[in-house]
Amino acid sequence: MNSKYNANEKGFYGQFGGTFIPEMLYPNVEELRLKYLEISQEPEFKKEFMSLLKEYVGRPTPLYFAKRLSDKYNAKIYLKREDLCHTGAHKINNTIGQILLAKRLGKQRIIAETGAGQHGVATATVCALMGLQCIVYMGEIDIERQAPNVARMKMLGAEVRPATSGSKTLKDATNEAIRDWINNPEDTFYIIGSVVGPHPYPDMVARFQSVISEEIKIQLLEHENRENPDYVIACVGGGSNAAGVFYHFLDEENVKLLAIEAAGKGIYSGESAATSVLGKMGIIHGSKTLLMQTEDGQITEPYSISAGLDYPGIGPLHAHLFDTKRAEFLSVTDDEAMQAGMELAQSEGIIPAIESAHALAALENKKFDPNDIVVVNLSGRGDKDLNTYINYFKL
Amino acid sequence: MKRIQNKLKENKKLLSIYFTAGFPKLEDTKTIIQNLENSGVDMIEIGLPFSDPIADGPTIQASSTKALENGMTSDLLFQQLKDIRQTVEIPLLIMGYFNPILQFGIENFCKKCHETGIDGLIIPDLPLEIYLSEYEPIFKKYQLANIFLITPQTSEEKIRQIDDNTDTFIYMVSSSSVTGSKTEFNQKQLAYFEKIAYMKLKNPQIIGFGISNKTTFNQATQSQKGAIIGSHFINYLEKNGPLNISPFFDDIR
Repeated sequence: MNSKYNANEKGFYGQFGGTFIPEMLYPNVEELRLKYLEISQEPEFKKEFMSLLKEYVGRPTPLYFAKRLSDKYNAKIYLKREDLCHTGAHKINNTIGQILLAKRLGKQRIIAETGAGQHGVATATVCALMGLQCIVYMGEIDIERQAPNVARMKMLGAEVRPATSGSKTLKDATNEAIRDWINNPEDTFYIIGSVVGPHPYPDMVARFQSVISEEIKIQLLEHENRENPDYVIACVGGGSNAAGVFYHFLDEENVKLLAIEAAGKGIYSGESAATSVLGKMGIIHGSKTLLMQTEDGQITEPYSISAGLDYPGIGPLHAHLFDTKRAEFLSVTDDEAMQAGMELAQSEGIIPAIESAHALAALENKKFDPNDIVVVNLSGRGDKDLNTYINYFKL
Repeated sequence: MKRIQNKLKENKKLLSIYFTAGFPKLEDTKTIIQNLENSGVDMIEIGLPFSDPIADGPTIQASSTKALENGMTSDLLFQQLKDIRQTVEIPLLIMGYFNPILQFGIENFCKKCHETGIDGLIIPDLPLEIYLSEYEPIFKKYQLANIFLITPQTSEEKIRQIDDNTDTFIYMVSSSSVTGSKTEFNQKQLAYFEKIAYMKLKNPQIIGFGISNKTTFNQATQSQKGAIIGSHFINYLEKNGPLNISPFFDDIR
């Protein structure tokens, strides 16, 4: 798809993106840049990718008309059920794509970073499926907070290595994965989990996730006899689920795109992850984008109750959508997200991931017309968040 | 830039030292630089600490974290170095990641370097292509050398391109790795050093990453002009402080 919102050949979305990496990484990234489009467009690759998405991941995921939610918000609200994907979230769409690419590039060793563990689990899963060695970097603090996902990765045969530098969370796990890649320039493939990092990662991950919006067009045609909704809503940490659910609507200017960031305890509380409000242009993990940082250019540690949203940057595509006002950015606090999660559980019988609950909470902040068709991307299920729900609601 | 060029003309193998500004103590910067010069070091890379140094191993990471906790900033570094040229003559470079420099403002940063008497910059995550298209005129205006890195994986074509766009030296990374000490180089690395020497580049090369003793220093300077020690020196500083620097060099040359 040729869109003015796609990356150009140097990986820039407007002024954002690009490849800001040390020379030590250059050969790895260059190999990928030269081959990712060609390989991922081969008919054989596409066939294998689509077949795994269908037979293994369980796609297409339903586009579910949420009647009671629709009554409450006085609009036609649909949920894109990425929570029903194998492993519990949209993350696996991307890891399937990247593992097939890694195999075609002849790589034997797979590395990944993970925050809450969802991308780590999705990577460990596809490595088990393909019989490849898997090493997942995870912040020491996240390892403590997310013990069930650590156990899942181990069961799937992955080695989980603690990142002990800096703040010991996602950003540091990413740093460690990058260092591993520098130290292993020939046999190793780095599966990045979001639309972040140096070009071609943001574009590549967005393409693998774009299956979400591709399906919505077909499904909406069945439900409503039209391809395009009025609104698409998704949460944004790094922004992979949002990139996927926005992708095929980017050029449909009458489709309003809402990107929901985590405001944590309040945007200006000092404990927030609302990058579009608090960030400035900067370089993180090889990409120029909006970034939370000190005046002196040191990257700061974001906060959200949801471990999947506390990344100090956003993908360069999203920085561009924000900059051009193609997407509207809203933010939702911990409390609002937790209430929205409980509401969905009790009105529709679906327990969402707290990340996805942020997207749902935005329904409160918008006035809809009764005929408006609103698609909310339910990016993951809440099983992994049960402890947080238990503590928050004293269940 | 001139000071680096003159130093490179000297008929000797050069020893360059990297240290992180603001480590071990915030105010150590000037003392360390002066004592390094007094110990016979040929060139110094002053590390501007960054929160997320992706090309560095544990030693430099830890020193950067500590320096930032101590309160080091770009502004403060320039203040500390304000009068450095009254006492120090050897070439001084600043090595830092791109983001803090970007936030300071590239032009402003280069101007400050020029006023302070800094001779060049090493910015590992500023790629050649972007430097050439956006920042080269600013570096030229303030007579700052921009030093590029090459690794064993860098293509010959790119090495030639870097050579064409360099007026001082090329920073040769000894192996595919992040920074950190090694006790000796292997055959593959030595072959790489020779291969680069055989290319007859117009600029001399200085080898960094993995140099920590007489053996590695001599191996690195067999075919190249000089070598850079970073992590090993930082470990020494942590144990011995900034006042007792000269014994460090007994083990080097």
